[in-house]
Amino acid sequence: MSIIKTEENSNQDQNPRITWEGCSVLLDINDGDRVLFARLTTGSKIKIGNKNCSLQSLIGCPFGSSFQVEDGKEGPVLSRVLQSTEGTNLQIMEESRDNRRLVDNNSAQSLTGEDIDEMRRKGASGDEIVKALIANSATFEKKTAFSQEKYLLKKQKKYAPRVLLRRPFARSICEAYFKKHAEKIGFLRVDTLSLLLSFANVSAYSDVLVVDMLDGIITGAVAERLGGTGYVCNTHCGVAPYPINIVRMFNFNNDICQRIVHSSVSELHSSENGPSPSTDPLEDACNIRSQPNEQILSPSAQHAVSMEENEDGNMEIMTDVSASPKVVKGTKAGRKAPVEAIKIWKANGFSSLIIAAPNLDAWDTVKEVLPLLSYSASFAIYHQYLQPLATCMHNLQVEKMAIGLQISEPWLREYQVLPSRTHPLMQMSATGGYILSGTRISGSDQTQAK
Amino acid sequence: MQITSLRIDLKYLTMFPFDSAKKLSFSRCISDGDLVIVYEKHDNMKAVKVSESGILQNRFGVFKHSDWIGKPFGSKVFSNKGGFVYLLAPTAELWTLVLSHRTQILYVADISFVVMYLEIVPGCLVLESGTGSGSLTTSLARAIAPNGHVYTFDFHEQRADSARDDFERTGLSSLVTVGVRDIQGEGFPDEFLGRADSVFLDLPQPWLAIPSVSKMLKQDGVMCSFSPCIEQVQRSCETLRSDFTDIKTFEVLLHTYEVREGNLWSWQDNEGGSMSLKSCKKRQRSTNGLENASSLTIMAKRNGESRGHTGYLTFARLKCTV
Repeated sequence: MSIIKTEENSNQDQNPRITWEGCSVLLDINDGDRVLFARLTTGSKIKIGNKNCSLQSLIGCPFGSSFQVEDGKEGPVLSRVLQSTEGTNLQIMEESRDNRRLVDNNSAQSLTGEDIDEMRRKGASGDEIVKALIANSATFEKKTAFSQEKYLLKKQKKYAPRVLLRRPFARSICEAYFKKHAEKIGFLRVDTLSLLLSFANVSAYSDVLVVDMLDGIITGAVAERLGGTGYVCNTHCGVAPYPINIVRMFNFNNDICQRIVHSSVSELHSSENGPSPSTDPLEDACNIRSQPNEQILSPSAQHAVSMEENEDGNMEIMTDVSASPKVVKGTKAGRKAPVEAIKIWKANGFSSLIIAAPNLDAWDTVKEVLPLLSYSASFAIYHQYLQPLATCMHNLQVEKMAIGLQISEPWLREYQVLPSRTHPLMQMSATGGYILSGTRISGSDQTQAK
Repeated sequence: MQITSLRIDLKYLTMFPFDSAKKLSFSRCISDGDLVIVYEKHDNMKAVKVSESGILQNRFGVFKHSDWIGKPFGSKVFSNKGGFVYLLAPTAELWTLVLSHRTQILYVADISFVVMYLEIVPGCLVLESGTGSGSLTTSLARAIAPNGHVYTFDFHEQRADSARDDFERTGLSSLVTVGVRDIQGEGFPDEFLGRADSVFLDLPQPWLAIPSVSKMLKQDGVMCSFSPCIEQVQRSCETLRSDFTDIKTFEVLLHTYEVREGNLWSWQDNEGGSMSLKSCKKRQRSTNGLENASSLTIMAKRNGESRGHTGYLTFARLKCTV
């Protein structure tokens, strides 16, 4: 398989660190309070507070830049804020102030809601309103420096929201989903995703078999690591491939999209003469189970979609209805696996396997797909629950299908690091799910054993 | 003579395939010169270079390499006494378990998180210091392959040499360049100014290297510093605040589970209640689990011992100023 070069690599020579028209971006509003995906087109808009802001001004800006809402001639616009390099280096080693004189009677702020509205009408900027709020606060000066900082941040978020332009990577996409809609990605945390890629030994030129029922997060993360080499094949039982909507949030070029394919498990198993009839009970069971998914996305629909179908409010996905056809052209990942590729997989086996199927029995699935894997190839199975993986691990041991079997549960804790105020964050995710990993072995010598 | 042996070298199975011909496959058999991981148990593995006349001796007996040649990777092979081991193709994860520890090394949980959080993808230019035993470097190389590059620096000349030898052995030399340099004292070389996609630091005083990192990174590029002590993190973060944003510190660990099938007796039939789980398991196997009023249950529990701390991972993104 040589890498197929195509003519329409419109975003091939694009500097990946600067946005272009039609590219997918992740917008982080107020330091992670709200995260949304958007396609940058001349017409696309997002709503911040009660203002509909055009995203046009974001086109051609470097990723990592910040924006603030400002009133333009034709309504609110996002204008770039340059980050200063000195930063807020708040050094407080000794703090003499405390909260002994703080009385919670809601009288500290003398500026009323009407006053603020009035300021707004006169065209005051968000920063000016924040300044006025501080000037009119009877208690601000009495607060500790730390709580002053917190107060400022809170008011800034409300009156002068910041929008940060982020590159959509497996990291940022997984984090954004985990934060707001973890159920859509099977509660897969970013550290767990990273471990799946490691345990399955995903590397350039690998042929990676996945059973991705997490809307494409696995497929996308694997494709990102393949960088336009090898293949990621999402296998499914039944007729309809699993939806991979999340793949379209990555800015994959055509080389990478070409390498994202799907194939039914019976096709991968079939002999040269053609697909075998579906007599497999597992497959029949899957056929029934996958019905709801088919309605969301038929295979043909997958080829020409913008992100609109996600606008059911599940994830905040913004696209302009009149998105240019160019946008659609760039996103056709997930075609059917080419016949020659299937032939090669049958001869050589896949080099990696990742399973993330919350509603399928892990052991049933592994039994079916593990034989498609080369000897000595690594695999990783994700599940939100421990028990299905425990059973699966036990059976793999008994059947002597794999070695190096291990169930791992990742644990991730974030810290606040500030002068004299370093501690773990008050909230943390209690579970990132479980991974069963191992290596497939050659079974031909089994009779000789012992 | 030397030239021919070099050519043969390129045919050997490398840790990552650089083209489809060297991929792992049903038909890719072990050949003379291959690096294999000899697997005895999950906590007992060894890297061995296969040679026609070589032998491996362990508690299971004597294994002749010549018996291995021609077998597919993943095969079970037997010793003169009938003991067996498995022969596996090397991966970055297996390598981390078998490499010779010249320093404290990073393990899979930290490694995986670092690679993903640094947003490393094929084609990236990554800087690392120190090289140490090259455990992380191997995974960085896997992530930037086939067209990226890792430049890794260690101030310890001998360690750098050993690391270079290791990358030669595992076939990563075309992806990794090892340099001898004191990064804390001198910073990264000027040739990388504004060219690095990501930078990783594992240094005793990372704050001394951070000003150099900010010069090497592309705008919006990400760096990571690994430090075992919170005081190191504290100082690093203070230094980071001037040029970096999105500063986050994490600790990541992995809990592993033990799985066993046990016989759990019902309350009424619990005559031999003092039986241990282990003996139940044995009896159950032979009798197929039908004679007693007990049921076989697959149970999982966390392993008793685990790593409690490796280090803090501090990530930061270079501010976008243009």
